[in-house]
Amino acid sequence: MSIDQQAAVTKTGAAVTVRGLQIATTSGVPVVTDLSFEIAAGEVLGVVGESGSGKTTVGLSLLGHARRGLKIVSGSVLLGDQDVLEMDDVALRRLRGSLVSYVPQDPASSLNPALRIGVQLREALKAHGSTSDAENTARIAEMMREVALPDDPEYLRRYPHQLSGGQQQRIGLAMAFANRPRLIVLDEPTTGLDVTTQATVLATVRDLAAAYGSAALYVSHDLAVVAAVASRVAVMYAGRIVELGPADQLFESSAHPYTRRLVGAIPRLTGSRVLVGIPGHAPSPGSRPPGCAFAPRCQLHSPECDEKVPEPLQVVGGHTSRCIKALEVVKLQAVTPGERVQSPRVDSSAPVLSLKNLVAHYGDTEVLHSINLDLEHHECLAIVGESGSGKTTTARAIAGLHRDWTGSIRLGDLDLATSAHARSTDVRRQIQYVFQNPYGSLNPRKSVGETVGQPLQVFGIASGREADHRVAEMLEQVSLSASYARRYPDQLSGGERQRVAIARALISSPSVLVCDEVTSALDVSVQAAIVELLGNLQRELGLSMVFVTHNLPLVRSIAQKIVVLANGSIVEYGDTAAILGNPQQEYTRHLISNTPSLETARMEAVELASEFGPSHALHVTRSAGI
Amino acid sequence: MSQTVAAPPLPESADTKAPSGRSSTLLARSLRLWRSRIGVAAVALLVAIAVFGPLLAPSAPDKFVALPNSLPGTSGTVFGTDYLGQDVWSRFLTGGGEILVLAVVSTAIGLVLGVAIGLISAYSRNAWDDVLMRGMDVLMAFPQIMLVLVAVSLVGPETWIIVLAIALTTAPRVARVARGAAQPVVERDFIGATQAMGMSRLRILFGELLPNILGPLMVEASLRLTYSIGIIATLAFLGLSGNPNSPNWGTMIQQNQTALATQPWGALLPIIAIALLTVGSGLIGDGIARAAAGIDRERAA
Repeated sequence: MSIDQQAAVTKTGAAVTVRGLQIATTSGVPVVTDLSFEIAAGEVLGVVGESGSGKTTVGLSLLGHARRGLKIVSGSVLLGDQDVLEMDDVALRRLRGSLVSYVPQDPASSLNPALRIGVQLREALKAHGSTSDAENTARIAEMMREVALPDDPEYLRRYPHQLSGGQQQRIGLAMAFANRPRLIVLDEPTTGLDVTTQATVLATVRDLAAAYGSAALYVSHDLAVVAAVASRVAVMYAGRIVELGPADQLFESSAHPYTRRLVGAIPRLTGSRVLVGIPGHAPSPGSRPPGCAFAPRCQLHSPECDEKVPEPLQVVGGHTSRCIKALEVVKLQAVTPGERVQSPRVDSSAPVLSLKNLVAHYGDTEVLHSINLDLEHHECLAIVGESGSGKTTTARAIAGLHRDWTGSIRLGDLDLATSAHARSTDVRRQIQYVFQNPYGSLNPRKSVGETVGQPLQVFGIASGREADHRVAEMLEQVSLSASYARRYPDQLSGGERQRVAIARALISSPSVLVCDEVTSALDVSVQAAIVELLGNLQRELGLSMVFVTHNLPLVRSIAQKIVVLANGSIVEYGDTAAILGNPQQEYTRHLISNTPSLETARMEAVELASEFGPSHALHVTRSAGI
Repeated sequence: MSQTVAAPPLPESADTKAPSGRSSTLLARSLRLWRSRIGVAAVALLVAIAVFGPLLAPSAPDKFVALPNSLPGTSGTVFGTDYLGQDVWSRFLTGGGEILVLAVVSTAIGLVLGVAIGLISAYSRNAWDDVLMRGMDVLMAFPQIMLVLVAVSLVGPETWIIVLAIALTTAPRVARVARGAAQPVVERDFIGATQAMGMSRLRILFGELLPNILGPLMVEASLRLTYSIGIIATLAFLGLSGNPNSPNWGTMIQQNQTALATQPWGALLPIIAIALLTVGSGLIGDGIARAAAGIDRERAA
């Protein structure tokens, strides 16, 4: 069963070669089309794309698996000289976990909650005909050290629920690397982890892939994460790889308009600038245009683009782009950050909202310790911190959704009751809340018109035709057309849903808008568009906003003030530019340095490239030149 | 509020009277399944018999037409006579209305009660939840038929006590389903949004929560209707119906079972009817459940 390691190195020097991969739904609608790429041993190839681009489907196809309703139509996935797609079930089962392995997105659901982690690690080794118990024990200890977890028997006797999310994911990594696989597919393994944990997981992936000479495919929607972990990147759009090349080169001088817009949509730590979203949305499988799929959203669109699907065009060695104008695109000025954010005039005469000695409890646990904050008129205050820092609890207490708190929250010169229920109608109207997940915050049984119009009714602002008119106006204001009023949430994309939720919050003309992680469930280009919208609304309507997020770069683009929370206490509080530019506290510095971004990724690429040796010398020179 | 709750107890009327625009898609989808179509056809046939049967009956149900237990054909009877010499076909045609009306009314009352209790339990998430649901557990610890028999033996075989007893024993079962379906919905943010708006609890329960659990409720409604029919027929079989000589399908089975070997039709016709009715409403419920779960592989072309 074990194959000579030498066989891994084929003529092209690639450990994994994918050629002409086509995946379609069982009814024949193409989902992934004409995909070809290679991954060298020890290399991490990043696959980025927004939801629906087919990136996860590609990841699974490398294991010879197609999700229910999909089938692999043609193409080959060569692992050495074996074609994974030609294998029968028995061969595939032997392959998975030994020569190829998979790390799924959610570590909690991928580990068996009823088995101790040591038992599960041992299983992973035993399943593939490993030898003696003693050898397994030694190997488990080695693996645990490699993923930076304790290897003592006490720790191995723990159950998955006794570990944090980051530890669970590192166990997932240990299991995936246990049999020294030739290929490892990682599907967004750091989504849902804190930045600090994410940073260690990313470093582990990179180091293990290099140490074992495993080819790794890293699927993610987050460009900054991919930039931090991958040496080469494939950008997917509408089921095709539109651009493929070395990470630094691809992000610095993109040769495809989609990549350029995507890079432009990423918030940066180093400067407050307007984020520019990509108008329109990606075509769904089955409604993809005959020519370039990005053409309808492209600024450089010309009639030739619609004729046929562009073939990959070589920009420089190893960097290709499926754009007929790739050579022009790449010469365009380096992706320019958008204009600087225009700060709205903050009126600091009297705070619109002020928190004094806010202490909140969950049951017997104190989760917020004496929080003091002021929100000025027309100001956006960002609350940042890792999960469990109390940022959402603060927001929910302001809106009266978390009731178990003491201290005072004042709106203007009015002391607020703890729960929304006990507050006056006018107070409830003045403080509006936008929830994190637009898939949960809209009632699926209500039309958009009903949802947006609801506050008008409940607050007795307007009814009948007047209400319909206001709803239509509000929908236009959040860049949806008035015709959306008749639609239902399941007919909308995530970004559209979030716009509806924002419209519902703003229709009653609130004085304070509380946004709880409103972009974390959205794609980057959509996130940029939502932040753009919120910024515009803030300036136009003179809104005061509380913006809760774990995304530090995003804060730069929207907030004037920032408060950093850790374990329920304020670590640092002040002007955004000052704090992010010159953090005074160790914790803040730590958060910033662990935040993946394109800039820091490039610097690390230099170190990484030097570890890889001469074949990657290109990186070194290019990166150094930036 | 009560219109929305009371609307779907009769499954065959539910496809025309969908409570809201969106749940009609669920019913429309379920009607693409053969099992639902067969169920609707069976139930529709029996409802038609119950409604129009009395108009078509060749003679009055309590009229002596021939000797007892005459075979079909005797004196122009279609299915012969029963143990008193009354026309089986006429009694069958007039005997469906009572059982159906009682079943629908008692199930509807049980549904309204059960949904209200279930929603309040799911939404309150405090001691009320425990008190209500443990109360329901106590009621459910006894078989439905036993509680109904106790009630009927205490008060006597009055129609109102039969309806009330079935309704009260149906409610806890519905409450359990309603609570189970509503619990995950309560956790979703759109409920939080309405709370932040200060919407009244009643409106949150019946305006926001209820429309989101209609799928499982419709399934439960049809299942409960099946059980109610069974219980009413059982009571009649045991001789516990409002009027012992009313032409009730359950009564007919009991009265004519002794002649099953010589003149089977007196018992067989109502047996077939009740079987078809329960299987039909069961199929409808199953169809909705499958449509909701997206298991519509047997989709008609």
